[in-house]
Amino acid sequence: MTNSAPTKPAKAENALELTDLSVAYRVAGRNRAVLRNLSLNIRQGEAYGLVGESGCGKSTVALTVVRYLPRNGSILGGVISLDGQDVMKLDAEALRRARAESVSMVYQDPGKALNPSIRIGRQLTEIFELGGVTGQAATDRAIAMLNRVRISDPPSVMQRYPHQLSGGMQQRVAIAMALANDPSMLILDEPTTGLDATVEAEVLDLIAQLRQELSASILFISHNLAVVSNMCDRVGVLYAGMLVEEGPTDVVFNDPRHPYTVALLRCLPRGGQRKDQGRLDTIPGFLPGIGADIKGCAFADRCALADNRCRTELPPLYDLSDERGKRLSRCFHHDKAQALPRATPSDVATAPKPTTAPVLRVAGLNKTYASHGHPLRAVKDVSLDLRPGETLGLVGESGSGKTTFARLLLGLVPPDDGGTIELEGKALAPKLENRGDDQVKAMQIVFQNPDSALNRSHSIRHILSRALKRLAGLSGKAQEARLDDLVRAVRLTDRHLAVKPRQLSGGLKQRVAIARAFAGDPRIVVCDEPTSALDVSVQAAILNLLADLQSKEDVSYIFISHDLGVVRYLSDKIAVLYLGRIMEIGPSEEVFSGPHHPYTEALLSAVPQLDQTETARIRLDGEIPSATNPPPGCVFNTRCPRKIGPICEQQEPPLAEAQPGHSIRCHIPYPELARLQKAVVTEPA
Amino acid sequence: MSAVQTTSPTQDDTRRRSPMADVFFSLMRSRTFLVGLVIVLFWVACALFGEHFAPYDPLADDIINALAPPSSEHWFGTDQIGRDVFSRVIVGSRDILTVAPLATLLATIAGTALGLLTGYFRGIVDDVVSRILEAFMAIPVVIVALLAIVALGTSKATVIIVIGLSFAPIIARTVRSAVLAERELDYVAAAQLRHESAFHTMFVEILPNVIPPILVETTVRLGYAIFAVATLSFMGFGIQPPSPDWGLSISSNYGMIGGGFWWTVLFDALAIASLVIGVNLVADGVHGALND
Ligand SMILES: Nc1ncnc2c1ncn2[C@@H]1O[C@H](COP(=O)(O)OP(=O)(O)O)[C@@H](O)[C@H]1O
Ligand code: SF4
Ligand code: SF4
Ligand SMILES: [Mg+2]
Repeated sequence: MTNSAPTKPAKAENALELTDLSVAYRVAGRNRAVLRNLSLNIRQGEAYGLVGESGCGKSTVALTVVRYLPRNGSILGGVISLDGQDVMKLDAEALRRARAESVSMVYQDPGKALNPSIRIGRQLTEIFELGGVTGQAATDRAIAMLNRVRISDPPSVMQRYPHQLSGGMQQRVAIAMALANDPSMLILDEPTTGLDATVEAEVLDLIAQLRQELSASILFISHNLAVVSNMCDRVGVLYAGMLVEEGPTDVVFNDPRHPYTVALLRCLPRGGQRKDQGRLDTIPGFLPGIGADIKGCAFADRCALADNRCRTELPPLYDLSDERGKRLSRCFHHDKAQALPRATPSDVATAPKPTTAPVLRVAGLNKTYASHGHPLRAVKDVSLDLRPGETLGLVGESGSGKTTFARLLLGLVPPDDGGTIELEGKALAPKLENRGDDQVKAMQIVFQNPDSALNRSHSIRHILSRALKRLAGLSGKAQEARLDDLVRAVRLTDRHLAVKPRQLSGGLKQRVAIARAFAGDPRIVVCDEPTSALDVSVQAAILNLLADLQSKEDVSYIFISHDLGVVRYLSDKIAVLYLGRIMEIGPSEEVFSGPHHPYTEALLSAVPQLDQTETARIRLDGEIPSATNPPPGCVFNTRCPRKIGPICEQQEPPLAEAQPGHSIRCHIPYPELARLQKAVVTEPA
Repeated sequence: MSAVQTTSPTQDDTRRRSPMADVFFSLMRSRTFLVGLVIVLFWVACALFGEHFAPYDPLADDIINALAPPSSEHWFGTDQIGRDVFSRVIVGSRDILTVAPLATLLATIAGTALGLLTGYFRGIVDDVVSRILEAFMAIPVVIVALLAIVALGTSKATVIIVIGLSFAPIIARTVRSAVLAERELDYVAAAQLRHESAFHTMFVEILPNVIPPILVETTVRLGYAIFAVATLSFMGFGIQPPSPDWGLSISSNYGMIGGGFWWTVLFDALAIASLVIGVNLVADGVHGALND
């Protein structure tokens, strides 16, 4: 290549072309293949989704494109061409320019892009200064950038440090930074994985809108299939560093032709599936490790359709293009892919539960924190009860009080005076220290983040043995026997006991956390977002495990999640929280199918869905109001799309029973809600 | 786009090196650490075996040869009563290398315990103890030393207690802030949900996770402790004659510099400086390795 002069050539047909790309990481002195002869193209202006379990090489693709591989990574072969320019032939200066001018990257964790010790404004203007724009001009550009990512009051945001912004705001700032130099290629690596449903929807909307304005091409990496299906024109499925299927998003997701894609899609609770209708399918086994020697089809070990040929011969990428578009599948049996037998039998034996006395009864629970001298009502007047073997789903945006409520129950924070918590008919002391050992072991929790929940200095054996000692009072032989059972119940093996948490994958760590919670035969287990950091295949296995344990032990769950599909799958009853108040509570199916509270309606329509036929989406504008200063009247009135008038701003509606066991906190009468919501479904707004 | 993602999800069967092994390998690659280590080990060897390779008895006087300048017989010259300075410098490492590490150890143990208590209990315990510690930190070491000598008399034990207690609040502050961060992690809540005692939670659950900052702070404090011991000896509050201790030697000879007898002081001063620098290099290396 003759060294390219800084003149911009006419746009190449493809924004990004990867041809036969092979990348390896050097580990223990040996190069281990991560990407194997990967070829894919992204057209100008196109949004391309890359999906697959974690570890399949998605992030490596992203890092390779911008030549940001970690030190031990190397490109063994192939061509990367960005807008017609061979990235591998660029010298350091040209590469720097390409990174500054044409490609930008947004990571899962906005913390990675933002410097915690520098004000937002400074970080933004710095980018423009590098491009030669300084002083007031740079500030103006920064303000314009923040406006563009729909941040209100940019001058005040620019004065703040990253930690003073919410996760969603941080991610928006990170996107603003990525867009600052008007890139022609935008790489998004799991940009919404850490955000909750409504914030996720907002960020995705933002990305979709920006796409129209920018005409940038997008490489969108995610393990969330639903998000990809909403965002992308085409999708590629990556497995062990190889492309196994590719095609237009809706075609691939509705008519997959590779068993791996079929299996991934089956892991998701879809179309309102519930735990008593069958278990989720899972994908047995694991992704081949990096550098694994792969003879035939990489998926053969986990594929129920595999035959001898599959194990010895690498399947080519079959061209299955039809009138719906160009598509590829790397499977000998692509025509039978959808006949893939289930890996997990779907049978469940859950007898309908006899109605018994509630195991937990909460009445008038309040929690007020002091925030800069102002009272902050984190939980307000919550009453509910829970029966043995029942799951209560708690949903609501972050900041709605879900976690605080769980901590009140557990006694980790004491509630305000007045409310009561009764466990099996006996009142619980507000503080954990004052509860009896039996009461403490009866209520346990599985935390969201196992890295925080498992002591990183202790071995798995130590962690579980200690739980058995304290919660089940076991020691010696009895403890070991029970440890064996427990380990088997969560499908771990002995070999996992000797290691420290960091040596296990996220899914395995979460199993340890579940085992710990079940050590003392609890009556109630709180699950706080237990699968939000996991791959769909791992999530399915964990959800099945929770359902199995529940039917075996008759334990009750309080299940917190922002993934409404997951909540629906597991829950018998749902409580929807907003600013610490229950806005709606009732049997799961009634809450989901409606008529429901306007807030529930908005939440449900914010969920990215795989099989979304363009129904009217209800957007929740703006952030959740501050709990120190909730809006007067109905607390939802500032964002309510169905607000009926001044009464909403003047009077707080009561939580009124609409149907037996189903209560809604809204001034709109139930029959009227039913009429309004039915209208939306039939006539597109 | 300056941050690059280098961490990656751990696969099921990829066993990564343990964190301790990582630290070890990164220490072995740190030139700072290795240079510091060589200096420190040299002085430790002198302290342990100095009298076997010192050419003279460091305490034996030889009035006829008093104040001899450096020569092939007396490499570093002799002092006012003819003792061999070279031998004295070699063996003079012993007391300081006993007293300073013990003082640091005391400071670390007391500081860690206080840091765990204040960080774990927060609230009133923290407020009260922290204010007392702050007040304590405001008093100069010398005044503490004077008071202690009045109360306990001069001895190595006094020096150890004085320095140990003066440094404890500083270590406590470091430990406290590490504990405050740990306390927010869910494993602490999980321990409470097992009704563990506060003692167990602090020492079995939290302590192992705050060892790295304690290690760094301890090596840094050791450097200061060496300096403090030398200073106290110099002022006559610490190690007592006839020990060939460096600070003590400087103190009894520094009046002589005016007469041109620089060698009676210079080599002791260089010894102190090299040991402090060596320890600081080790501290830098440890800090670097743990924050990699
Ligand atoms: N710096 C590295 N050194 C060694 N192995 C790595 C490194 N980075 C990633 N890996 C491994 O390479 C594989 C692919 O990783 P990655 O590209 O991060 O996948 P994904 O983004 O799909 O989760 C995984 O097995 C991962 O553990
Ligand atoms: S080629 Fe064979 S093993 Fe591979 S996915 Fe297709 S059927 Fe399964
Ligand atoms: S009371 Fe008014 S503002 Fe509140 S949810 Fe009902 S309609 Fe909306
Ligand atoms: Mg990744």
